[in-house]
Formats: sequence, structure tokens, C-alpha cells
Amino acid sequence: MYKLTIEGLHKRYGDNEVLKGVSLRANSGDVICLIGASGSGKSTFLRCINFLETPNDGAMTLDGKIVRMVSDTHGMRVADADELQRLRTRLAMVFQHFNLWSHMTVLENITLAPRRVLGVSKQDAEQRAHRYLDKVGLPARVAGQYPAFLSGGQQQRVAIARALAMEPEVMLFDEPTSALDPELVGEVLKVIHGLAEEGRTMIMVTHEMAFARQVASQVMFLHQGRVEEEGTPDHVLGNPKSERLRQFLSGNLK
Amino acid sequence: MIELLQEYWRAFLYTDGNNITGLAMTLWLLLASVGIGFVLSIPLAIARCSPRHWLRWPVQFYTYVFRGTPLYIQLLICYTGIYSLEGVRNQPLLNEFFRDAMNCTLLAFALNTCAYTTEIFAGAIRNMAHGEIEAAKAYGLSGFKLYAYVIMPSALRRALPYYSNEVILMLHATTVAFTATVPDILKVARDANSATYMTFQSFGIAAVLYLAITFSLVGLFRLAERRWLAFLGPAR
Repeated sequence: MYKLTIEGLHKRYGDNEVLKGVSLRANSGDVICLIGASGSGKSTFLRCINFLETPNDGAMTLDGKIVRMVSDTHGMRVADADELQRLRTRLAMVFQHFNLWSHMTVLENITLAPRRVLGVSKQDAEQRAHRYLDKVGLPARVAGQYPAFLSGGQQQRVAIARALAMEPEVMLFDEPTSALDPELVGEVLKVIHGLAEEGRTMIMVTHEMAFARQVASQVMFLHQGRVEEEGTPDHVLGNPKSERLRQFLSGNLK
Repeated sequence: MIELLQEYWRAFLYTDGNNITGLAMTLWLLLASVGIGFVLSIPLAIARCSPRHWLRWPVQFYTYVFRGTPLYIQLLICYTGIYSLEGVRNQPLLNEFFRDAMNCTLLAFALNTCAYTTEIFAGAIRNMAHGEIEAAKAYGLSGFKLYAYVIMPSALRRALPYYSNEVILMLHATTVAFTATVPDILKVARDANSATYMTFQSFGIAAVLYLAITFSLVGLFRLAERRWLAFLGPAR
């Protein structure tokens, strides 16, 4: 049984169709890397998975259960607010620009959603927070600090701890290292690598080809809203078939 | 000067023997109007930023009217204007309310400061970092929880410097209350002046009292900012 499946996802902005039927199947423990040039629709696809963007068409299952959706003039929506909330708590997202809540300390950032959405007690949520801060390699003393006092790499690791504290089924990473200074990229990738080795199911939009090759179980190359090529990293990155992918990869290596 | 102080210090600070007056009355006017204004302005500010125009427009109209007219005229309308309407006098509850100068003054002050505060908070809500709202949604917060835990705590903190300004301006605006016979600091100063003809001293004492309140407010807000704006980072 697949952990997460998405079938034929379509997304239009007006007349501009940015996703033209993208599908994805993730087994438990899969790490799927989405690659492609900017404008290929990879970030939009990721954001449609937890309905930060409203897709126009498509179907989705999580843990073998169909996500109930209704369609209206704006597109496909999750059938009701409770179902949407349930879905979102099971898919935790890490953003390119971290998006930590700036007015809260690190500890408050990590405990907010477990406490207020999942209903975990304060004590348990704080225990979780400290456990995951440790896992992402941050010292306990950062718990009381505000995000603005941390480096980009530290902030992104806090964001990963915030995602982990939801104990999600699937983690979504939207270019998690693109906003970081080059010398800070490594520390974040190391954390994500560690999570992959634990067998967490992850879907990640990335430009880090070396990382994708090392960690991904599957690589999908998107071009103009379609999956142009997909398969194991050895196949897709090592032996690209389509001309576009070859171009993209050679451009990326420069 | 000594006689003036001996005669009027009690009235300047808290009572003329019968009523609360002077400093105590000014502080009460300020706290009551700012308090009511604050509580009302939060839902109004949220409505002001609503994408639904039937929620947004009435609030916009209200703040436009109250920020577009002088407080003194608002007070005159509340205090004398409304009571001159026969419909109000014939309705026992309204009659009771508008006959009292204090009620009218507090109503005018609260509505006025609420209009400004609404705009200050609405601006802070609009300036909320889009990514933070998106993250909150992605983690399952929506509706009331989204506002209660993420948007409002952040917006109110960021609004603090502007809000402190509004409170101090409101303190100075309470001086029009004497025109509705409310015995605030300025009313006591005017009484002292007309009884003693010591004009410079009478109003000088009033000025010193207002200065002392402003100074204390600035200090309190500075403490509040140190506590609630620390999140803005080391650059501040």
C-alpha cells in the first residue's frame, strides 16, 4: 500500500495551466526529489499536496484512504474543514524561507501546533520539542530564543524540528536550502539526510543535485507542468533520456 | 503660589470634597476610553482587513467619520446634540444615559480612540508576513486559532510603538472633557484661575501634571516594548 498517491493533478492560473496532470506514488520511507527549472511547476505541485494552492483537478490518497474532495468554481477542495485540518497535520511542510513565527520563541514555535491543533499537553509538547531540537543538532539553549537571533541554517533546522514535532506521515520540503548562505547549506542537508535514513517519507523540491543523487529513492523531473522523466536517481540523473533533462542537468553542473 | 497649592492640591490630584477630580479624573477618562477602545478595536481591525466587503466597508466608514471630524465636535454631538433629540429624551434608557455628562464624554472618547486604534491594528494585521500565515495554515491552524495564536499576538506587538503614540495623544485629548463639565485636571485649573487670577500658576500646575502622566506612560511603554518587541532581533 502506498503512503501517498496523487493522480492527475491539474492547476491553472486563469488560462495558464501550470500543472498538466502530475501523478506521484510514494511508498513508506520513500524520498522523492522533484527537480526542474523555475516555472516548471514543482513548487506549485508540492503546495497543492497540502492545499496551500487549490488544484483544479486530481485525486489523492493518504495511507490508503481517499482524501474526500469536492469541486466548485475555484477548483478542488477538501470536503470539509476538519478533513483539511487532519490532512495538513499529517503532512508537515518545511518552507524555503523557513516561515517561523517571528514573535514566538523557538520552543513556542515547535509546541504551538502540537498543543493547539493536535491537543498534546504542554509538558508532552515541550518534551517533544527538546527531543527534536536535539535531533536537528541544536543546543537546548536555543529553545528560549527568538528566530531573528539565529542564523539561517539554525532557523531552517528549527523549522524541521517544528515539522517533526507534528510526527507527520509525510514531510514536504519546498527548496529547504535555497535561501541559505552556501556555507550553511551543508548543516541542513545533513539533518535531512539523517531523516531519510530513519525511513521517513519525504517529498522534496530541490536544486541540490548531488544531494538528490545521494538520498532520493526516486527523482521526478518536471518540465512545463508535466513529468518529463522519473525513476531512480541513477537512471534520471546518471542517464538522462530526454534532451531537456540533459540541458537542465548540464546547466546545473556549471 | 503656596496658597494656591494649599487651597487646590486636593482638587488637582483627586477630589474637590464631593467628586473625583483632577489627576484621578483625567486618568479615569484615559483608562476607560482607551480600555473600551482597545477591546472594541480588535474585532473591528479584523473586520477592517476582511476580504468580505460587507464586513470591511462599515468599519471603514466608521473610522473615516471619526478620524475625519474633530474630537471636540464629536463630544458636542454626544453631549448636547443627541440629548436635544426628542426621540432620545422620550426613551427612558437613552434619556438616562445621555443625561449624564460622564457617559457622553466616555462614549465620545472611546469611539474616537477606537477609530484610530482600529486603523493602527488593521495596518499591523495587513503587514503580517505572508509566509507566517501560510505556515500556520500548513500546520492546521485556521479561523479563530489562526488569529488568536499567530496573527493577533504578532500584530499587537508590532503595533505597540504606534499604539503608545495614540494613548499619549488621547491623554492630551482628554482636556476637552471640561467643556462637558467633567472635572478633569484642566477644569480644576480653570476653577483655580478664576478664583485666584493666578493664571500662569494655575495652568502651569496643570501642565506639570500632564507632563508627569506622559512621562510615566512613555516609561511604561518602553518597558512593554523591551518585553514584547524583543523578537525583532539584535539589530533593534
